[in-house]
Amino acid sequence: MTANTEVARSGGRLWQGLTLQQKQVVWAWGFLAVPILFYGLIRFYPTVEAFVISTTNWNLMNSPSFVGLANFRRLMADPVFWQVFRNTFLYLIIGTPLSLVLAFTIAYHLDRVRFMHGFIRALYFLPFLTTATAMAWVWRWFYQPVPIGLINDVISSFGFSQQPFLRSTTQALPAVLAPAIWAGLGFQVVIFLAGLRAIPTTYYEAARIDGVSDFAILRKITLPLLKPTIIFLVVFSSIGFLRIFDQVYNMTSGDPGGPLNATKPLVLMIYQTAFSSFDMGYAAAQTVVLFLVLLCVSLLQLRLLRDR
Amino acid sequence: MRGFRGLVLGVLMSVGAIAGARAQAVEIEYWQYVFDARIKAMNELIKRFEAANPGIKVKHTTFPYADYQTKIAAAVPAGQGPDVVQLYYGWLDNFVGAKFIQPLPRDAFPHDVIEKEFYPIVQTMKRGGEYYGLPTAVRTLALFYNKKLFQEAGLDPNKPPQTLDEYLEVAKKTVKRDATGNMLSAGAVIDMPGQDLHWWREVLLRQMGGKPYSDDNKTIAYDSEAGAKALNWYADLQRVHKVGQAGFMDEGQAAFRAGRAAMTVDGSFRLGAFGGIKNFEWGVTELPASADGKRSNFASYWVNAITGKPTGAKLEAAKKFMAFTTSPEAMQVWLDMVGELPARKAAAETEKNLSHPIYGPFLKALNYSQATVFVDELAQRQVGLDMANRVFIQNQDAKASLAEAAKAEQAILDRFYKK
Repeated sequence: MTANTEVARSGGRLWQGLTLQQKQVVWAWGFLAVPILFYGLIRFYPTVEAFVISTTNWNLMNSPSFVGLANFRRLMADPVFWQVFRNTFLYLIIGTPLSLVLAFTIAYHLDRVRFMHGFIRALYFLPFLTTATAMAWVWRWFYQPVPIGLINDVISSFGFSQQPFLRSTTQALPAVLAPAIWAGLGFQVVIFLAGLRAIPTTYYEAARIDGVSDFAILRKITLPLLKPTIIFLVVFSSIGFLRIFDQVYNMTSGDPGGPLNATKPLVLMIYQTAFSSFDMGYAAAQTVVLFLVLLCVSLLQLRLLRDR
Repeated sequence: MRGFRGLVLGVLMSVGAIAGARAQAVEIEYWQYVFDARIKAMNELIKRFEAANPGIKVKHTTFPYADYQTKIAAAVPAGQGPDVVQLYYGWLDNFVGAKFIQPLPRDAFPHDVIEKEFYPIVQTMKRGGEYYGLPTAVRTLALFYNKKLFQEAGLDPNKPPQTLDEYLEVAKKTVKRDATGNMLSAGAVIDMPGQDLHWWREVLLRQMGGKPYSDDNKTIAYDSEAGAKALNWYADLQRVHKVGQAGFMDEGQAAFRAGRAAMTVDGSFRLGAFGGIKNFEWGVTELPASADGKRSNFASYWVNAITGKPTGAKLEAAKKFMAFTTSPEAMQVWLDMVGELPARKAAAETEKNLSHPIYGPFLKALNYSQATVFVDELAQRQVGLDMANRVFIQNQDAKASLAEAAKAEQAILDRFYKK
């Protein structure tokens, strides 16, 4: 009893002994502790866990046994992994610039359209709201050979020979990428539009008075002032393309990852290794590689695009 | 106030009733994947079983097919999960390796009875001299053909091809192309992601004198002359004879269902889907024999197994339930409600079933069917798909493609058996 009051009193004395600033710090950390704890538990703990699992041999049902870096060595020697790695980067280096240029062109012109502006914007945004699975299936049918494939029907009605699209090792990846770009376009357009609208009109008025050409305005005013928007979209869509999955999985569900792994991205490989082969250690090693790739690409982009 | 008191009394009484029932009955849990007909059939079986065994309650839990293996794998380390479970025969090694399922107790499932009464394909369920699971029903392949397209090509719709040569002739006569050579209707479906992989591995390969694996299943044996012959014969359907085309109408079964394929190799599990076809009449016949009359088929099945979880009274209940699901009575229910073939010879080969125009060909095939042992079903399947794609898309020589496939699949087998 006396001991307890003693502790309480000394606690109270400790609190009273703090300066106002120190008290503020304690309060701040008190509040911050909740999100930090949450974030640590939800984000960092599983990430660390993935690193740990990647050094084990584990099929979910046995107890994990430590194998050191064996999973990573196996990964380096796996030709499928390198093919998949190449595919993943192809999605990134074709997808990101192409989608950004397209989105910017559309947004730039849409910004000037007054007639039915909202309606047109909504049309562009619509695919972004649709589920990737449904879209992937519709596009899958577009790519079919005659007599059900829309694109091949058109091609062959003009007398050209049919294209194999998803059944080809060279055409399959761009064929899968097209709907992915198309679906993300609406989001990027809207972000670009917001960025464009945020540029003060006084700059443009001043430039017009000085008689600067449209192209020069675009190069000297619009693009530099859009930089934060561009950085956001580059990083955001890069991560999206590096993690592409739904489109690929649904457009080639019979032979997941396309003929001879032509379209298989890293995420699909991870999924198959983990949830059909139950090779969890190996899948975790792939996850670690994906994590490192995402980290490097994002850091590199932020560094290249930051304001000097 | 009276209402409230009544309510409390009612709640107390029902809690008491449930608790009382719990104390007497043994409850066991049964898991299977979501497939409407299977769920209905199992509910019917559970109803009959519970009526015959008042002391036992069976809780029936289902999961979507895609999550099924993961759910099982996740439940085991947590010490949860079913007492009796349904699993694809090809997953057996993984589950046995993890000690997830236990050998079927010999007192309830005597080996001589299993070997006498079930079709020989259940041998695939044997590991180290013990049976680990038994099927209620099995599936085999057969040749489905479109009678309307046969008639249009001037063929007798009641005389489907019986040999591989006849099959090719019919395919050539029934294929339709437009002026520029685009396929409008296939003579024969070419669909490796469908059932053709099994057709090649367990049927064509054996008909050409080869076999897919060594007798202990640990070594690839298809990298052979026979393998090349079988792969070339199959690929020539598209490469030389142009009677079919991989990827035509997206899926082989879709092409057949749309009336745009004269023949397709498919399983008994497709009967439900093809049953909905309205615009033409179709027939079923046994898979074509080789020129010297050799036949083979691929049988696959889902088995019921007892997990490592139940002991004591629960184990006794699980044994009883498991025995009931593999009884002739349960098999007839399964055939009637799901359309899958009974796994016991006596239950399957009744006069009525054998003379059935649709079930008949599938049932006959059970006597010469093979079931492949898989250690990683999807990864091994991928090897087969890649093998065919190298031939179809990259024009690789069949021998070279086989060698590459054998190497890749051997690596999968080695990794498994080394453990």
